[in-house]
Amino acid sequence: MNDKKPLGRWNWRSMVVQYGLSLLFLVFIAWSHTFGFVPGQAIGRSFTLFVLEMAAFLPFMFVLVGLFDIWVPKEKVMRHVGKGSGILGTMWVILLVMLQAGPLSGAFPVAAMLWKKGCTPFNVFVYLGAFSALKIPMLTFEVGFLGWKFSLLRTLFSLPVFILIAAVIDRSFRAAPFVMKQPEQSNYKATI
Amino acid sequence: MKVLAVATILSLAVSLVVDRRKTIEGVRRAARMFLNVLPSLLTVLVLVAVFLALVPPERLEKILGIGSGPTGYALAAAIGSIALIPGFAAYPLCGLLIQNGVSYGIIAVFITTLMMVGVLTLPVESKFFGLRIALWRNLLSLAGALLIGFIMGIFL
Repeated sequence: MNDKKPLGRWNWRSMVVQYGLSLLFLVFIAWSHTFGFVPGQAIGRSFTLFVLEMAAFLPFMFVLVGLFDIWVPKEKVMRHVGKGSGILGTMWVILLVMLQAGPLSGAFPVAAMLWKKGCTPFNVFVYLGAFSALKIPMLTFEVGFLGWKFSLLRTLFSLPVFILIAAVIDRSFRAAPFVMKQPEQSNYKATI
Repeated sequence: MKVLAVATILSLAVSLVVDRRKTIEGVRRAARMFLNVLPSLLTVLVLVAVFLALVPPERLEKILGIGSGPTGYALAAAIGSIALIPGFAAYPLCGLLIQNGVSYGIIAVFITTLMMVGVLTLPVESKFFGLRIALWRNLLSLAGALLIGFIMGIFL
């Protein structure tokens, strides 16, 4: 989501790698139609069905996520994170998570930054835990593909489970303290 | 899905009225995100189309359906822990799996492990937190994901 790849500049080699399987698949389907390979034709039909199904609402979802991304100021939330300890600090951390998207590996640098800003270990691990359940852009997709009921229940059950996990890790922190650090190589730079 | 379309069009209209420049930037961002996820999404759809041809829905339901028991959960947890599928591609995949008879509890385990447990990203994670905490965080998250899946399985 934070990838700043400009639109309209094509890197052919990486394109071939990324779309390699899809291209092979296309060749396979064309071959199936030319030589009358019936199972191949059936696979092609179900693929077309999937693509049409996605095309029907993916554009809406992405526009919604894009608008959300541009209108909701993460920087403002960032300023409050780490100041308050206790329930208030936890709430700021959860609010920050809700505004984000992307894979877990993108959450580690943010977690290290939270730690540097003075977040308690408990809140840092609440952040990582809530990352699985509460990201609003992801919830858009979850509701769209799996329904309200699923999303609501998963969020409801995930929250206590991951707060519990954060508490357990926090305990082990006290037993054997350690330092959380931003690795030297900066290819995992925090992006907010 | 009419709700989604209406919500998007309404948001887009309001956003356009309030700030045109920001709206255009938001739509550009959406397009960029879509282009970034398109290769993985297409790859997932290709794999699912081939997979469903090889494993018919009735078989799939037996392996990952409501009556599949611990094996289904273990399989979902293992795949979710190892795979690196972006969320934007994972949800369409889950939607298709549900349509083909996979149970909601198993999908919950898959989604949660996919987002919380990263076997392949463990080296990266231990650079941040150290190996000990990284291992514990992953193990506890795996247990948590299974717990969430079981509870979801009861409700849905």
